[in-house]
Amino acid sequence: MTDEIKPAPSIWKRLKKNKLSFVAIGLLIFFIGVMFAAPWLAPPEQTCPSYIYYIFPDWLLSPFMKDIPCKPHEMPRDGFTTTPLPPNAAAWATFPPDWHLHPLGTTENRYDIWYGLVWGTRTALFAGALIVLFSFVIGLLVGGMSGYFGGWVDAIAMRFVDFMLALPGFLVTLVLVSVIGRGLDKIILASIIFGWTTYARLIRGDILSVREREYIQATRALGAGHARILFQHIVPNMIYPALILASLDIGTVVLGLSAFSFLGLGSGENYADWGQMIALARNRIAGVAGGSSLEFWYTYIFPGLAIFFFVLAWNLIGDTVRDILDPRQRGNR
Amino acid sequence: MLAYIIRRVALLPLMWLAATLIIFIVMSFLGPYQRLSLYLRSDPEMIVSAKHLNDEQRQRIFEKYGLNDPFYVQYFNWLGQVFQGNFGWSKTAQKPVLDALVERLPATLELTLLSIGPLIFLAIWMGVKSAVYQNKFLDHVTRFVAITGYSLPSFVFAIFALVIFYGLLDWLPPGRLSLWAEHIVYSSEFIRYTGLNLVDSILNERWDIWWDAFKHLILPVVSLSYLSWAGLLRVTRSSMLETLQQDYVVTAHAKGLPEKKVIKKHARRNALIPVLTLSGFVIVGLLTGVFIIETVFNYRGVGFWAVDATLKFDVPAVIGITLFTATLIVLANLIIDILYTIFDPRVRYD
Repeated sequence: MTDEIKPAPSIWKRLKKNKLSFVAIGLLIFFIGVMFAAPWLAPPEQTCPSYIYYIFPDWLLSPFMKDIPCKPHEMPRDGFTTTPLPPNAAAWATFPPDWHLHPLGTTENRYDIWYGLVWGTRTALFAGALIVLFSFVIGLLVGGMSGYFGGWVDAIAMRFVDFMLALPGFLVTLVLVSVIGRGLDKIILASIIFGWTTYARLIRGDILSVREREYIQATRALGAGHARILFQHIVPNMIYPALILASLDIGTVVLGLSAFSFLGLGSGENYADWGQMIALARNRIAGVAGGSSLEFWYTYIFPGLAIFFFVLAWNLIGDTVRDILDPRQRGNR
Repeated sequence: MLAYIIRRVALLPLMWLAATLIIFIVMSFLGPYQRLSLYLRSDPEMIVSAKHLNDEQRQRIFEKYGLNDPFYVQYFNWLGQVFQGNFGWSKTAQKPVLDALVERLPATLELTLLSIGPLIFLAIWMGVKSAVYQNKFLDHVTRFVAITGYSLPSFVFAIFALVIFYGLLDWLPPGRLSLWAEHIVYSSEFIRYTGLNLVDSILNERWDIWWDAFKHLILPVVSLSYLSWAGLLRVTRSSMLETLQQDYVVTAHAKGLPEKKVIKKHARRNALIPVLTLSGFVIVGLLTGVFIIETVFNYRGVGFWAVDATLKFDVPAVIGITLFTATLIVLANLIIDILYTIFDPRVRYD
C-alpha cells in the first residue's frame, strides 16, 4: 500500500531491476537476427529470381501467382533414405556452417535441421506477426465501433464476441481444416478468426475510458464527424499501449500454431516449421521406425529448444512490459 | 439466485444453436457425396458409388436426404438427425460416429478425470504457499516452473518425457495398455463394465492389469496437466497476494488471529474467486490438450481419433466430436457460473 504513494520509477529503472528481461531481449534480438540473416545463414539451393520469394512464404504468394519458381521455405532433402544423420562437426569449420554437410544433423527423411531451424524462425515470426496484426486490426474496428457508439451496436458486437470466445477454437479449426484441407495459411486464417475477439474486448474497454474526456467533447462541439473523432482523436490516444501488449502475444500465437503443425495440419512435411520438425522426429521416439530414441537426440532437442526459447523470450518480455504498463499489478510479481 | 441460474440455462440452447449453425455453414462447402455421409448410418461409398447406379438413381438418393433443399431446410433437417443421435458415418472408424464416440470416450475420460483433480488442488496449494512466502525459495521455484510451463508446448514436454521415461529408463511406455494386457482386456473372460481400465481391472480383480493401465496413464496425465497447472498457479499466486493486502486481512491480523486462520478463512477464500473464473479456461485447455497428448502417446481415445479423422477428411467424425466437446464446454461453464454465485454473492445482484 505504501508504494502507491511513491512516484512510479522510470521504465528504464524498472527494466533494469528485472535481469531476466535482458536475457529475453537478447534472445529476441537473436531470433530476429536469424530471421533477417536466413538467406545468408542457410542459402537456398537455387538463387531466387526476386527478393519477394525470400520475404514472403509461398502460401502467401500462391493466391496471386500461378506458379512459384522458388520456395526457400522448403527444407532440402539429402537423398531418399529415411534414417536421420547425426550432426557433423566438419560443417562448423566455416561460419555460417555449410548446411550441405549437416551442421546439426538431419531429421527423419534426411531434411537438414540447420536449414529447417533457420528458415523456421522466419516462418514463426512471420506467421506470428501476421496473426497478431490482422487480429488486432479487426479487433480495433469492431471494438472501436462498439465502444464508441455504445447502445445496440455495442450490445450486438459484444454478444457476438462472447459467443466466439465460448466456441472451442481448436475444434472448429479442426472442422475447418477437415473441410478445406490442411496448410499453414488455413491455420493462420483460423487463428485470426478466433484471435480478434480478445482484442475487440480490450480495445472497447480502452475506448470507453477515453470517450467522455473533455477534449473529445470539445472536438464534438466543433462539429467533427464520427470517423474523425474515432480515428483522429480517440484511437491515437489509446492505441500504443494496446498495440504493444498485442505484439507480445506473438509468443503464445506461435505456440498454438506449432501445435497444429505438429499434428500434421500445417504445410506439408518438408516445410521449415518447428512444430512440423518435431512431428518428423516423432517416429523415432516411440521406436516405431526402429533404433533407440536416444540415438536420434538431435532430431527433437534442437527444434524443441527453438520453440521453447522463442516463446520464453516473448513471455518474459511480456511479463516485464505488462508490469510497467499496468501499475496496479506493481509489486505483485 | 434461482433466477440467475435459469437465465444462464436459457442461454445454453441459443449458444448451442449458433455453434451448430456455424459448423453447418462450414459443411455446406462440401460436395453432396461427402455431405451424404453425415446422414447415413452405413458407408456411403458402398451405396452411392456402386457401379450399378445411374445418375438418376443417385439424384434420388440426394433427394431422399434433402441435399437439394434450401439451406435452412437442410439445417433443421440435419439438426433433427443430430437430436436423434445420428451423427453420420465415420470412414476412419468404419462405424457410425456415435458408436465410435461411445467406444473411445472411456479412454479420454480416464485421462481427463485423472488430470483435473490433482491439477486444481496442487495449483491452489502451491499458489497460496508461494504468495504467503513471497520471494522465498519456494516462490522462486514455482515462478520458474510456471514460466517454463507457459513457454514449453505440451507436445515438446510430452516428447521429452517420453524420451526420458521410455527411451532411457523404459519405465513408462506409450499407448493405453501393453500388448499382453490388451489381449486379456479384449478377451471374453474379462468383463468391461465401464470401459475405464482402472475401474474394470479392479472389478475383475486383475491387479496386474490395473498396474499396467496406471503405468500407461502417468505420462499423459502429467503432460496434459502441466500447462494448465502453470497458468492456474500464477493466477492463484497473484490473486492471493492482492487479497493479503486487503483491509479485512490486516484487521484479522490486528485482532490477533493466528496466521493459519487468517490465511485459510479470510484470505484464501476470497483469493479463489478469480481462480474459479480461470477454471473455465482450464477445462477448455484440458479438452483441447487431449487431442495433442493422445496423438503424442498413441493413446487411442477421442482426441487421437479426431486428429486422425481431420487428416483423412473424415468430416462426420470431426463434426460429431466437435458437437460433443462443445456441449461439454458449455455445460462446464454453466457449472462454473453456478459455483460462482455460491462463492461470490455479489454476482447475484448483477
